[in-house]
Amino acid sequence: MATDGSSPVVIGKDGLDALIATLTGRGRTVIGPTVRDGAIVLAEISGGGELPYGRGVELEAGTYRLRERQDGAAFAHSAGPQSWKTFLHPPRVREWSAERTPDGDLVVTEDDTVAPSYAFLGVRPCDLRAIAIQDRVLTGGRYTDPSYQGRRERAFLVAVECTEPGATCFCVSMGTGPATGPGYDLALTEVVDADGHRFLVRAGSEEGASVLAELPQRAADPATATAARERVAQAADRMGRSMPLVDLQTLMRETLTAERWDDVAARCLTCGNCTMVCPTCFCTSTEDVTDLTGDHAERWRHWESCFDLDFSHLPTGPVRESPRSRYRQWATHKLGTWFDQFGSSGCVGCGRCIVWCPVGIDITEEAHALDRERAARPPDGTGPS
Amino acid sequence: MTPLQRGFLGALPPGHRDRLAAFARDVSIPAGTRIFEEGGSADRFWIIRSGGAALDVHVPGRRPAVVETLGEGDLLGWSWLFEPYRWHLGARARSTLLAAEFDAGRVRAACAQDPAFGLAVTHGVAAVIARRLAATRARLLDLYAPPGTDTGGTAG
Amino acid sequence: MTAPAAAPPRSYRVIARVPEAPDTATIVLEPVRSALPPFAPGQFAMVYAFGVGDIPLSVSGIDGDRLTHTVRNVGAISAALHGLEAGATVGVRGPFGTGWELPSAAGRDLLVVAGGIGLAPLRPLVRAALAAPPEYGRPNVLIGSRTPRDLLYVPETRAWGRSARVLVTVDRPDDRWNGEVGVVTTLLDRADFDPTTAAAFICGPEPMIRATAAELVHRGTDPDRIAVSLERTMHCAIGHCGHCQLGPLLLCRDGPVVTWTAARALLLVREL
Repeated sequence: MATDGSSPVVIGKDGLDALIATLTGRGRTVIGPTVRDGAIVLAEISGGGELPYGRGVELEAGTYRLRERQDGAAFAHSAGPQSWKTFLHPPRVREWSAERTPDGDLVVTEDDTVAPSYAFLGVRPCDLRAIAIQDRVLTGGRYTDPSYQGRRERAFLVAVECTEPGATCFCVSMGTGPATGPGYDLALTEVVDADGHRFLVRAGSEEGASVLAELPQRAADPATATAARERVAQAADRMGRSMPLVDLQTLMRETLTAERWDDVAARCLTCGNCTMVCPTCFCTSTEDVTDLTGDHAERWRHWESCFDLDFSHLPTGPVRESPRSRYRQWATHKLGTWFDQFGSSGCVGCGRCIVWCPVGIDITEEAHALDRERAARPPDGTGPS
Repeated sequence: MTPLQRGFLGALPPGHRDRLAAFARDVSIPAGTRIFEEGGSADRFWIIRSGGAALDVHVPGRRPAVVETLGEGDLLGWSWLFEPYRWHLGARARSTLLAAEFDAGRVRAACAQDPAFGLAVTHGVAAVIARRLAATRARLLDLYAPPGTDTGGTAG
Repeated sequence: MTAPAAAPPRSYRVIARVPEAPDTATIVLEPVRSALPPFAPGQFAMVYAFGVGDIPLSVSGIDGDRLTHTVRNVGAISAALHGLEAGATVGVRGPFGTGWELPSAAGRDLLVVAGGIGLAPLRPLVRAALAAPPEYGRPNVLIGSRTPRDLLYVPETRAWGRSARVLVTVDRPDDRWNGEVGVVTTLLDRADFDPTTAAAFICGPEPMIRATAAELVHRGTDPDRIAVSLERTMHCAIGHCGHCQLGPLLLCRDGPVVTWTAARALLLVREL
């Protein structure tokens, strides 16, 4: 079924407009980047005019600012405050409802809300990997999450390769970008130069090829293909951040009692912003509600953060009481124990946690510090693991 | 293995074990017998072969409060090794007790005379005390208590 | 995808309730319509009190389609379940988690060590082991409790004494208690087993598990043959909510029963 490798084509801005129209025409809700409230957010768009043409972002730890771009590019911005999990793994989901019948029985009804059919326009390679990681967590185990699976199966993914990494990006370290990996229906590479503003497009699925066939296009010329390749290659050399060149899973396992955790705990506010913006963080809590009669109950789940004190609650109290232990849980899960649990890293190097941390804590800086502390330790001082 | 080999005696180096064992005489203590009283002169000690003993504390107005029970292989009594040689707790036979009984005065004299033997015996008794201290601390945690009763924790 | 979708709870009716201790009761559940797949000793269910929520409860008895759970009243949901009378309905999901690996203990002395409510998940294991005695070596059941009033399943544990060495100790005796007084680890001295080859099964508060397993390892027991059952918060029980993490483990999926080899280093890290 994969048509990846078939001849790429070139579309213009009109092709992008046609893409949105075609996807909408096929009954999909198109979600893409658009400017709102001083940020590039992900929201439903009805036309190419809503895309953030000519807008870029300036990123630093704890900093996010829009800026004008002279080249008018639509996708030359890096990750914003949201990720696609907002749509695939929504912040609040009703899982089922229950009725208590007059004879005392319990009748449970699964939530039968029909999953929306989304088309995501502008999925970054790092975020495409993030979706694959959530797939593994929520549908790759012994049980699948019906809400996620329904949305995921119906989603059409238009990846856009990264040509403009931000100062907080480190996808090269995590092996997730800036070139796109598999899993897309269509993949775009934006090129703006003297020859015009255009997009090199490849199909990655049958439906992608079918959609692509409906767009105004021309065969890819060598100059555009080369320019696209070069821009992605150059992006790889312009990463603002990097992880230490060590096995991060081992690093996390061997530094559980490092002093560095005290250092970061002195800065961390345990606000949980990093978990909310992280495209792979999946944790939820359940919530049970009843109506006024008391005979109708609903089971909801909502996003939860491991920085919340109640997250590790036991009858005797929270297991992770100190901020130190909660930051350590998040970082070691993301970079280390995710491998044990789900077979891959939980970090894709998108840099959102760095940007949206109110005190500018930088997971790459913390990893470097842990690596330095481990290296400085006498050989017999290996951690408890 | 016999109880004497695997308990307190078993932990001693063989030479010292044999020497200590030479001080022993076999006794049978009927169930219910008060073996010693809190504050009494600690002039003997026992290693239990079979049966059980209860260590207790006298509390006015109620039956003696049992703080720990001892059984097969256990050392019954260590106050004899330390001044002022007075029992810290009382002891009662919970069932018919077969035990090796030692004259504390003679063992102390032998310890004083032969420091290597004294060290071995003291080390062995200290190990017993350390284990009982660890066990007592574990009980101080009151691990099976209802959550929140004394930890202030919340419950879900 | 071949994995089944996460299922909502099924309706079960409380057909009996047995008070066990001042804050603990055993409830027996029977499916109202279709039963869940069979549970194994050591596995747990998510039991839902209508409108209040669900909590993980190990099975303390398995009898065909009937599930038995022993509930200690320690919070809002457990209080609701603890207070249910016969005739009430609950929702049940499961079976979840790893169970006790009894077959791997064939031919070995069995050492079951329970602290407090930790006896609940061990009861079906003891029942299974005693139902097939020739397959195992000498069975020992060591039980630690706070007070004599907190002892669970007293008539049954007494009956086990006919075919197993059952030793019971309490932390705080009352005036009528004639049994042992002390921590459960002291009972190891009176158990009848070869520590170098025995298979051990431990459940109780974490410090009790640590002390018991460490003592067994000291006596020569292989940490791979020491199984312990651990507790962490659980919401979904299917590996999707993240609450039950213990380092690399998702205890709803990789636990609650794990070997001491896997648990030891993790339990030594504070606040992991």
